[in-house]
Formats: sequence, C-alpha cells, structure tokens
Amino acid sequence: MPTISVNGQTREVEAEDDTPLLWVLRENLGLTGTKYGCGIAQCGACTVHIDGEAVRSCSVPLSEAVGKKIATIEGLAEGGVLHRVQKAWIEHDVPQCGYCQSGMIMAVVALLKEKPQPTDADIDAAITNICRCGTFQQVRAAIHAAAKA
Amino acid sequence: MTERRSFVPAPDRRSFIIGAAAAGGGLALGLRLPFSPAHAATSPEVNAWVAIKPDETVAVRVVRSEMGQGTLTGLAQLVAEELDCDWSKVTTEYPTPGESAARGRPWGEFMTGGSRGIRASQDYVRKGAAAARAMLIEAAAQEWKVSADECSVSNGVIAHKASGRSTTYGKVADAAAKIPVPSGVSLKDPSKWTIAGKGLKRLDTADKTTGKMIYGIDFSLPGMLHAAIKDCPVFGGRLKSFDESKIAGFKGVKKVMRVGETAVAVIADSWWRAKTALDALPIEWDEGPNARSSSESVAAWLKEGLDYAQPAVVGNSVGDARGALAKAAKTYEAVYAYPHQNHAAMEPLNATALYTDEKCEVWTGTQNGEAAFTAVMSASGLPAEKCEVHKLMLGGGFGRRGFTDYVEQAVLIAKQMPGAPIKLLWSREEDMAHGKYHPVTQCKLTASFDDKKNLTGLRLRISGQSIFSVVRPEIVKNGLDPAVFQGFAPSGDAALGYDFPNFLADHSMRNPSTPPGWWRGVNVNQNVIYLECFMDELAHEVGEDPVAFRRKFLGKSPKHLAVLNAVAERIGWERPAPKGVYRGIAVAMGYGSYVAGAAEISLSDDGAVKVRRIVAATDPGYAVNPAQIERQVAGSFVYGLSGLFYGGITIKDGRAVERNFDDYPSMRIREMPQVETIVMPSGGFWGGVGEPTICVAAPAVLNAYFAATGKRIRSAPLKNAGIAMA
Repeated sequence: MPTISVNGQTREVEAEDDTPLLWVLRENLGLTGTKYGCGIAQCGACTVHIDGEAVRSCSVPLSEAVGKKIATIEGLAEGGVLHRVQKAWIEHDVPQCGYCQSGMIMAVVALLKEKPQPTDADIDAAITNICRCGTFQQVRAAIHAAAKA
Repeated sequence: MTERRSFVPAPDRRSFIIGAAAAGGGLALGLRLPFSPAHAATSPEVNAWVAIKPDETVAVRVVRSEMGQGTLTGLAQLVAEELDCDWSKVTTEYPTPGESAARGRPWGEFMTGGSRGIRASQDYVRKGAAAARAMLIEAAAQEWKVSADECSVSNGVIAHKASGRSTTYGKVADAAAKIPVPSGVSLKDPSKWTIAGKGLKRLDTADKTTGKMIYGIDFSLPGMLHAAIKDCPVFGGRLKSFDESKIAGFKGVKKVMRVGETAVAVIADSWWRAKTALDALPIEWDEGPNARSSSESVAAWLKEGLDYAQPAVVGNSVGDARGALAKAAKTYEAVYAYPHQNHAAMEPLNATALYTDEKCEVWTGTQNGEAAFTAVMSASGLPAEKCEVHKLMLGGGFGRRGFTDYVEQAVLIAKQMPGAPIKLLWSREEDMAHGKYHPVTQCKLTASFDDKKNLTGLRLRISGQSIFSVVRPEIVKNGLDPAVFQGFAPSGDAALGYDFPNFLADHSMRNPSTPPGWWRGVNVNQNVIYLECFMDELAHEVGEDPVAFRRKFLGKSPKHLAVLNAVAERIGWERPAPKGVYRGIAVAMGYGSYVAGAAEISLSDDGAVKVRRIVAATDPGYAVNPAQIERQVAGSFVYGLSGLFYGGITIKDGRAVERNFDDYPSMRIREMPQVETIVMPSGGFWGGVGEPTICVAAPAVLNAYFAATGKRIRSAPLKNAGIAMA
C-alpha cells in the first residue's frame, strides 16, 4: 500500500495511485478540513502544502504525493498554539460560511513564507481562491495583520 | 411552446405541506418520537429558547440555519440581551425538526431565506428569552421567599439587594424550568441594548480556521458508504437504462441503482471510487420534450412577451400609464435582460441518510429543516415519528439549500440499502447541471414625457420566469406571482420608492424548462438593474443629474431618499470624480430594508472594468450586529457582481452548458472593490440584511460604465459583451 507523510505522521493508505490527494486525505485519513469545491484546481478549497508549497490537492494524484511532506489545515497549529494566520483570522472575524477558509488559510501561510510582508499586489497575484460568501476584505486585512504579527 | 410548460409540476404532497407551513397553517405533526433528540445532554431547558447548564453555559436554541450570514450569532445576541446573561458563556444549538414536530412546533417554521433569519424570528426569540429571564428570577425569589420584583439580574447573576443574597442562572435553572411560562413579558427598548446592536464577533469562527467545523460533506458514520449520482442532464428527461456490466470490475463498488425516475447512482466504499465508476458507466437517457430548448429559443419566446399587446398580469398600477404614453410628447424605451444564474455554493450538495425498518435519519446542511424533514417522510414512506433530520453547517446556501432534491435522493438511495449509512455527494458538475436557477427574464421600459421634458409616466413589462409558479404554485393566484415585482411592488418589503405620476408594471409569465429557484437577492437582482439603469437613462435623456433626477420622485419615500443621500454624500457625488474615475448610483428597497449604492470604476487599456470602490448604505430598521452587516453587504457584492460580469447559465440542447468554475467563474480577491458600508438603522421596523444590498451594486456599476464609455449595457453577463473585471 502507498505510504504518505501527513502533518508529520507516516500513514499507509488503501487507495489507487491515481486517486487525488484530496480524497485520500478526506476519505482514507479522515482529514476533512481540506475541502472539495471543484475538482479541477479552480477554487482552491482543497489547498494543502506539499514540501511547503501551496498546491490544490484535488489535482495531485496520490502517486505524486508519496515521499513528500504534506501539511493540512489540521497540522497548522503547533503544540496547541494556533498559527499567526489562524489567529489573525479569528481576530478579524474572517469566515462567513467558512467552507473555503481552510484552503484560503493554507494559501496565505505559503504566501507569507515566500513574502513575509506582501503588498496588495502580491496578495492579488498569489491568493486566487474562490470565496462565494465574499470575505475578501477581511481576508486582505487579516493577511496584513498576520504579516505584522 | 407547450414543451416548455411541461416541466411545471403539479402540487404534490410535499409542496402542499411546506406551503401550508409557510402560510402559517402549521404542520399537524404533533407526534411523540421514539428516540431522543441529539442535544438531550443539554439540560436543564428553561424553555424552548434557553438551556442553562450548571457551569453557567447558556445554550441558545435556534432553528434558523447558519450558512455564513451570522444568523446564529445575531439571534443569540437578541436572546442574551433579553436574558441578561453573560455573553462569554453563550453557545447555540439546533433543535431538530423531529423534536419540533413532536413538541407542537414551539419554534415555528425553520426556513432560513428571504433575509428573514433574524427579522422573522426576533419577536418570538426575544419574548422567549424575556420569559426565561422572568422564570429564572422567579425561581430565585421563591427560594429566598421574596418577591421577584425585589430582585435584579446582571450578567446571569440574580441579586436580592435588601438581603444581600445572590445566585446564578446555572444554580436556579432546574427550578426555573418548573415555573409556569409568564404570559406577558415586556421587551427592552433597542436604545438600551448592550449585547444586541453591537458588532460582536461571531460564535462559530474558531472551528472554521482549524478545519474542525463539520459541514454536511464532512459528516461520517461507522460503516458509511458513498454515493455519486447523475440525474438526466436534460431538464424534464428521464433515465432510460445503464449498462452495469461495464463497471463490473471497479474497485470498491457496492451497488449501481436507479434513483427515482431520472437518476442513476453508484454506491462504493469511497466517493472517489463511486464517482470514477459512475463516470465510466454507460447511461442512456430519455431526453424528453425539452431536448431542443436553448437560451436563444427561450430569449426569442420571452421577447414576444415584451409586446404590450400580449396578455400580462398587473403587479403595480398607479394612475394611467397607458394614457400618459398615448398623450406623450415624447417617449423613451429600452429593453433589458438578465440570465439564469447557478448558486454554486462552495460546498457541493450532499446528504447522509440511514434507513432501517424502524426509522429514517438524515444529516445534512439545509436552509429549511422542516422541508427536509417532510422530504424524508415522503421519500422514505415513513411517518413523522420515524423520521429525523440533523442539521449540519452549510458551506453556503444562497437559496439553493432551501430545496430538498438532494435530501430526497439520499433517502431513495438509502432505502435501497437498508441499514447502511449512505453519504450522497454531488460533483461540482452535477451541481452546475441541476441547479434551481435564478429565473430568466427580460424587461421593456417605456417612459413618457410632456413637451417640457417632465416625466409623465413609466410603463414596465416583465417577460419571463416565475419561481413560485413552479415551486409553490398554490401561492400564484390568477397568474400573479407577487415576487416577480420585487423592487417595484405597490407595498410590502420590496416596494417601489418612486412616486411616478403614472406607473404600470405587469408580467407576461413564460416558464422555460429550466427549474427556477431563489438565488441570493432573487428578483431584486435584475429588477433593480432594470429600473435603476433606466432611471439613469432617463436622467441623461432629459439632461439632469442622476441623483437630482431620482430625488424628484422620492418625496414620499424618505427612507429611500435618506440612503440615496448618504451614499451620494460619502462618494462625493457633488464633486467631480478623480481623473479616469467614473461614478454610478442606485437605490432600492428589498427584504424590508432600504439600500443604496454608489460605485466608482475605471477602465484599463483593454477595456476591462476595475470596480474601485462601492459605498453602500443600508437602513434595516434595527441593526443587530453592524460588523456582520458590513460583511454581508460586501459579500453580497461579490456574489452579485460575479453574476453580472462572469455568471450566466447558458442552455443548449435542453441542458446547462456551464460545468464548473472554469466556465462559470467567481470573483477573486484581486477583483474585490473597496466596500464602504454605511449602516444607518432608523428604527421602528425590522428589515433583512443578507440580500437587500446585492441589488444596488450591479446597476451602480453599469451606470458608472455608461459614464465612462457612453455605452449602455442592458444584458448580463458582461463577459458576453467582451467586458472583463480588472
């Protein structure tokens, strides 16, 4: 059986090699914080990190995830302490329905790693997640706040 | 054209029951349930609204659904306000529809739509909380053998000043539950509010940032199987056959089955395996009578209805608009159109069902728990006391989850595999193919002027789809669907603000085969585009300023005028816009609230529209949580402008063409304008918040586009005119 490393743990999964990582995470590993929205890498609700990079897990086959370090929203807090992006999200009361926010947060964490002080233009270029509730004003404010934290 | 009308279903048992409930008739389901409600651990219940635990946690019980609008938090604020409890100890929970039925519907209807979540519940939740407060105080007073009048309460602590004694809600909750519910309670004057009326943070945020929040799609039961489904892609078509042998070797597949008359489902040990097998399954459809329907054929049919000689049902008539037209020195006419839209909530539709001979239970995100409950009864064939619906968080609703088609499917599947919990999940493609689409309409407007350029009348003809004639036909009397006239109704919560000397609005009902539904804002979306863009056209026709022109007709509508003036002032209407920036404005009433929007746009070199700024004013009467109102206003613009620029469902060969977010895009953060919300509650009435403002963004932007280019865009989506968002 394929073995993958998720949030620091090595897990065996009984799934076909071409199963999208999204469904391995959700159905085989019960990590349902990562969401299904489109299945074609458009909406970003399924964003996770593979070796630190934000990727859309609906479009990554299991075979490509083997041997790499995968991080999901469930693994973002360390030792029970929320990540500064999560804290900023709570402080700015960002989510409405909240469904897209796991992916949004994972995309933002990756952005801040690459650009610790992103400009609005950096945000516009990097954050392409769809939010049908339209939380973008709070998302932008929370990104800037997290960058300062 | 008969084939287009063939899709209108006869009223069935389900819509009758839901309709009766909506009309206040009440569900006659006073039955005892054989199993306990899910929240039985919460005790004691003081009354239907409030349960207080010994640790002082106050559970506010709400039947409206949370789908992002902050409804649970707002209602909890109202309850906490009247209860005088400690806000930091407040939580919310959902009573189930089964429990409500068994207890004689203490919470009334469950529907969460029409921006009614708070405004239609505020009175009874506040009274419920005030009654609970009185019962808690009475319990303490009885224990102390003093009069309740001598006791006071603050933050959940009851005190008897004369004797210096005090106790807490948690300590007397048990005793309070045994005290008779007081008949008359008085409510606080909103000017005295300390918890309601404040921009408090939502109660459900933390779990939405850690992945812990359980939406319908995340729900799981031991031994659960997964279902993927395909319904006939042609509206009104049926399932003919499928060739199961072709997927015989597919891993994890447990069953392939017919679902009702129109759909086929594959059940497997994972959804991905079910979907993979379903995609490989050869299916033959009987496409039925609508297989040649297209957006073009529907548009041509609707265009016929714009002819004033065609029969139409009058929705609002003031004076004699026909006579004014006949006598006009000059007339001015324009034709507008608005397309179907799909809700495309981020969480695709899903429901988990468990059917046994004993009962049928469903776990799902629904905007209407009672409608889902009724759907479970009808699909399972079991009586109310053997059915239950457990509501879960909604990953967006926008009106789509007020329907119960997906719930019914889940039960029909589970019924074929008794004892096995089944989670049905629609693919995004299925969600796009089987929407309850925003109705398609066209509108012709004709203005009459006298020889001094005074507007003497306005005639407005809507041609197109009626939601209620399909969804709740019992509401449509003599062909009149009142909702069709949202935004220019004679009275009510979406009334025309303009005092035209003569006015006539009528409707030529034409229902194509696409199933219609309530899409955030419903008919104010297009109706306010029609009227507010036309008002802009008229202002330019007579050479007047668009704001000044509107003011002339708002003399009898001070609340419309106040929001219009507020956005004009904030955007700086009296001063010229910065170079390269163009402005547009719109005003309306919807869902009981008065709203106005003023937009500033600029154009990029390739003609794309940068919506730079939108100032929006809303007067909802009372503002329960101004911070959440700001979020709803800004969010509604994302939804409405996505529809204006990028949306539109195209019909070809009787089916929806758009399949996913690649051909049905939604705004991203880079396209988000700066939204400045003016919350200006004037008191004395309760208006909604989730939907009203959506209708002013699109016409404000379209009017700004005219200011920028001199071009009138009279139909959406703008992508069809080659106009993108920058």
